[in-house]
Amino acid sequence: MNHPSNLKESVMRLLFTACACVSILAVALICLFLFANGLPAIGKIGPLQFLLGQSWKPGNDIYGILPMILGSCYVTAGALVVGVPIGLLTAIYMSRFASPAVNRVLQPAVELLAGIPSVVYGFFGMMLLAPAVQEFLKTDFAKVVLRIKDGKGQSLFTASLLLGIMILPTIITVSKTSLDAVPDSYYEGSLALGATHERSVFSTILPAAKSGVLSAIILGVGRAVGETMAVVMVAGNHPRMPKGLFQGLRTMTANIVIEMGYATDLHREALIATGVVLFVFILLINLSFSAVKGAGSHD
Amino acid sequence: MTDGITAGASVAPLNPRVVLPAGGRNRTAARVQAAVLRWLVRLAALATAAVLVLLIGYILVKGVPNLKTGLFAWEYTSDNVSLVPALINTVLMTALSLVIATPLGVFAAIWLVEYAPRGSKLVRVVRITTETLQGIPSIVFGLFGMLFFVTGLGWRLSLLSGGCTLAIMVLPLIMRTTEEALMAVPDSYREGSFGLGAGKLRTVFSIVLPSAMPGILSGVILATGRIVGETAALLYTAGSVAAIPAGADALFDSTRTLAVHMYILSSEGLHVNEAYGTAVVLLVLVLCINALSSALAKKLTKA
Repeated sequence: MNHPSNLKESVMRLLFTACACVSILAVALICLFLFANGLPAIGKIGPLQFLLGQSWKPGNDIYGILPMILGSCYVTAGALVVGVPIGLLTAIYMSRFASPAVNRVLQPAVELLAGIPSVVYGFFGMMLLAPAVQEFLKTDFAKVVLRIKDGKGQSLFTASLLLGIMILPTIITVSKTSLDAVPDSYYEGSLALGATHERSVFSTILPAAKSGVLSAIILGVGRAVGETMAVVMVAGNHPRMPKGLFQGLRTMTANIVIEMGYATDLHREALIATGVVLFVFILLINLSFSAVKGAGSHD
Repeated sequence: MTDGITAGASVAPLNPRVVLPAGGRNRTAARVQAAVLRWLVRLAALATAAVLVLLIGYILVKGVPNLKTGLFAWEYTSDNVSLVPALINTVLMTALSLVIATPLGVFAAIWLVEYAPRGSKLVRVVRITTETLQGIPSIVFGLFGMLFFVTGLGWRLSLLSGGCTLAIMVLPLIMRTTEEALMAVPDSYREGSFGLGAGKLRTVFSIVLPSAMPGILSGVILATGRIVGETAALLYTAGSVAAIPAGADALFDSTRTLAVHMYILSSEGLHVNEAYGTAVVLLVLVLCINALSSALAKKLTKA
């Protein structure tokens, strides 16, 4: 062994290790900078006033982000109501019903959905979905049968619909992977007991894949909570307590994007603090995702 | 019971009581139930496909007629709202982010796959932080970039601040795809190389990396798609100046990428037709990039 080559080996090894540590450094820096810049504001405003305050009036130095926290929660719940049934059933179809020819079309379609930028989704929602909802609310059916008064096109409903579409690829891909992994013997055993194909799929394969499906839903929640541009473009963004399905609301992400451009001093810090709360939400979601994945791999 | 199951996916035990025989008097009920379930999954799949067709069709139908020459003028004015400067900025931004993120991500993956001792603590920490990074929404990256690069390091709203922010954002993606590509290289390749007397480093660079190249490229191209479509992380790191950076400190010029341009156009609401045209260009660009990535990935699995 000659020395130069040995030296090169160890230098490169060190370089590789250093590169691997970049992600640790990045997460550490993100935590440090967000918390260092956001926590003082929460202290100044008062943690309770900040988290549970019902009004956000930067002009009067009133910073309560409860409307935005609720906004994020409602929009996410709405997105799950739209996205989970459609996504899960699509995954079941692709995994156990569709012919290879159909899957050759559906698989790229799901990949396409995943690749569309959120600003394009937002534009689509703003130009087509929101006006369509607005028109629907003007019909007699909406006014008389559903008894909706003065609803808006830019609303919780439209945002949920759009986000539900956006989380479809995540739900489909992750659920399908876990459905595909269920051994055929489960399905065959069920068939042998006299169950139909459909029943076998829904009562043996689906329950067997439940931890994967749960992971898919948690990933969908993460995507929905963190989505910014698409929500800003369809949710109406009024910084007040959410009032109904067909009323506008503002999420935490929207709060940051809309006001950061002109905010100064405490207002700016309050927006960063909003980011901190959002970040903590995401960390909790990540944590529960690892917990589900960890619990699943023990079986 | 876990035979034939891929790692990571888990399977709950089968409960025999849920599978009831469907013979005898229950036959009609079973048949109806089966038909309902069958149509339910078909409808859901149809809905997924319909949404995609509606979205792409709507953007194309409304946008293609608006692809006028003014949209492709070299200079941006508030009159023609040309997308060319934004397009060039997008190329610059992508190149810069990838130049930073690709070596970092590939080297990190090399360490994880080829060098890292099994079960080491560092590996676990790297994996946890990479997963965390992957779950962080782009607006949080944007906030961090604003606090760290723009004000902390004093790089202003600039190409460099935006590029570094995006580099961190796509790092986990490049790491993961490279890792998968490296793991797919059979050990016999490495053993063959060692057997011929090559060192570890030489084996990695002349045997393992070339074999894993399609997978790595596929990941890098996927990252390109993410960068091109990104808006929230750039608004407060790269700013929104619609001009091509030039001169000695071009890296510190504020730039507007195509996705940001698209957002600004549609939120201003003054140039709706041009916004449709821009949406077509952005959509087609991102979809082409993603198609290229998945074509490469398929080539890899076939080989």
